[in-house]
Amino acid sequence: MAQVVIRNLNKKFDNEVHAVKDVNLEIRDKEFVVLVGPSGCGKTTTLRMVAGLESITSGNVLIGDKVVNDLPPMDRDIAMVFQNYALYPHMSVYQNMAFGLKMRKFERAEIEQRVHAAADILGIHELLQRKPRQLSGGQRQRVALGRAIVRHPQVFLFDEPLSNLDAKLRVQMRVELKKLHDRLGTTAIYVTHDQVEAMTLGDRVVVMKDGLVQQVGEPLELYNTPANRFVAGFIGSPAMNFAAVTVSDGGGALWAGNDGLRIKVPAPLSNRIGAYVGKPLTMGIRPEDLRIANGADPTDLSFGAVVEVVEKLGSEILLDVKVGGGSMVASVEPTTLTKVRDQVRLAINPDRLHFFDNASEAAI
Amino acid sequence: MAIAYASTPRRVGAPHRGPITSLLEDERWLAMALLLPTVVLLGLFIAYPFFEGVYLSITNTKVGVPGAFVGFANFDKIWNDGIFRVAVWNTVLYTFVTTVFKLALGLWLALLLNRHFKGKAFVRAFILLPFIIPTVLSTFAWKWMFDPTFSVINWVLFKLGVITGRINWLGDPELAMISVIIVNVWRGVPFYAISLLAGLQTISPELHEAAAIDGAPPWKRFWYVTWPLLLPVTMVVVLFSVIQTFADFQLVYVLTGGGPANATHLFATYAYQIGVGTGLLSEGAAISLAMFPVLFLVVIIQLLYIRRVETH
Repeated sequence: MAQVVIRNLNKKFDNEVHAVKDVNLEIRDKEFVVLVGPSGCGKTTTLRMVAGLESITSGNVLIGDKVVNDLPPMDRDIAMVFQNYALYPHMSVYQNMAFGLKMRKFERAEIEQRVHAAADILGIHELLQRKPRQLSGGQRQRVALGRAIVRHPQVFLFDEPLSNLDAKLRVQMRVELKKLHDRLGTTAIYVTHDQVEAMTLGDRVVVMKDGLVQQVGEPLELYNTPANRFVAGFIGSPAMNFAAVTVSDGGGALWAGNDGLRIKVPAPLSNRIGAYVGKPLTMGIRPEDLRIANGADPTDLSFGAVVEVVEKLGSEILLDVKVGGGSMVASVEPTTLTKVRDQVRLAINPDRLHFFDNASEAAI
Repeated sequence: MAIAYASTPRRVGAPHRGPITSLLEDERWLAMALLLPTVVLLGLFIAYPFFEGVYLSITNTKVGVPGAFVGFANFDKIWNDGIFRVAVWNTVLYTFVTTVFKLALGLWLALLLNRHFKGKAFVRAFILLPFIIPTVLSTFAWKWMFDPTFSVINWVLFKLGVITGRINWLGDPELAMISVIIVNVWRGVPFYAISLLAGLQTISPELHEAAAIDGAPPWKRFWYVTWPLLLPVTMVVVLFSVIQTFADFQLVYVLTGGGPANATHLFATYAYQIGVGTGLLSEGAAISLAMFPVLFLVVIIQLLYIRRVETH
């Protein structure tokens, strides 16, 4: 068991692409940390530098209390689960799982005991004599996990391990991974581009973009108080609505408005945007913080919209609506009876408004 | 295919078909029509020469003399022919030694070429040169390099102070065999290198990374991951090359003509010398045919191996 510390980590590839920029992270012992971001954000490169599969341009990686920058992967006491499983195709499942122990010259009996113990945990006992090509995707995934856990490493590294599975299996394996981590308690770094995976698995989530860490925090912290417009749009599904608004002062309150809406900004928030009076900024509101307005809703906390698409998901209905010149998505009650081209009034939850600076995109 | 045809609905009011077209609608006739060109070509250039060779080997045909049936007299004769025995030994030695070297060097080159470096594409193309140049042409160049008087190899060795006198590369029986082997290895390595490189590129780099994390140092990664996964390709390449080398002709014919004193004769060159050179067609055919059981065995092994790989 160990903590992993990443200090001022940089990676520049030969072609001068600066893939990872000054990343700083402290991953506590037994913590499950997820790196999430779009393709090319540097998350996998960061993971591969921790694994020792990619050289470090500058900065330090510490596992335990030891700088491992110049240690080969085999001496870092880590185990990695790859996106394509990377099972040795010519070896049986047993041999695949035993390989790491065999290379480390474990006693035969010890190897056998550990492989069987891991096979029990993952429920793959009956597969031990099979070859990887005789397994389904989910079974291969389990074997890849098994190969990682037999070694009892200090750190697990996961490189998009579920992205090759179909949707249903992915959800199932996600739960099993969570259980496995609760059971083993090994420090884990997990890379994914799927924000749902990040939110459900991570004790903490690191959002990355263009090689830079955008925000580090617990899942709900990212959801409730995103640090910038990118995190706000990336975390949450369907994504947060953004509207270009101008701040104005009127009747002792601040208003955020554009051609389709005019919202009275409630007190604690209005203090923060006081400096923006007369200036444009971006307002953000999540689809789940919008609902169909009723008579009791004040007009300064609601706005009119025209329904363009109705997506009935069963548990909720998503309304794609036109608001002035822009568009928004609202998540409304599944019992709502709304049709395309209907005129509706949407009420907002004023406590859950977000504002972002247009230039820096930082949350205000 | 039959199912696909059956489920295709007949077009209503389709134009009237000619007799040939309607005949080809029948799969059996279509199959025959499509197979015919291949059968003709194989028959003309493979089967006919082969059976003609078998027929010649059991007659006493000479150039200009239509022969009569003599049974296995020709085989009996070559069995007791000392030069034939030398040729058999030479062929086995030549094939074995060159194959070992070609495989070792080819694999080494392939592993080097599989790394990332600048000018990779150029080097890969360059490596193929010995394989692309017509054998006769490149062998003539080697013949010059081995020439007792003008040998550039001797010149270099002399200038470097390694030797004081001339090395008679092609005149000395043992050296001649070594020279022939060197040229064959030079010519054959690119085929191994490129084929094995293609094989290496099918092995996912992730497997090496997984093995590195699993604690395998580089040579163990080669031994436990690369080599087993490359083995099917290697087997096919080796068997292919063995067949080619066993029946090699051009190289020895140009370089030494089988000499000095028959020291470098192979099956093919000796068969040519007896059959065409001296005009004893039937005896030459018998010598060629003596290769057949060995090559047949190699082909059987190859087919069995490929089938095993396919079914597993």
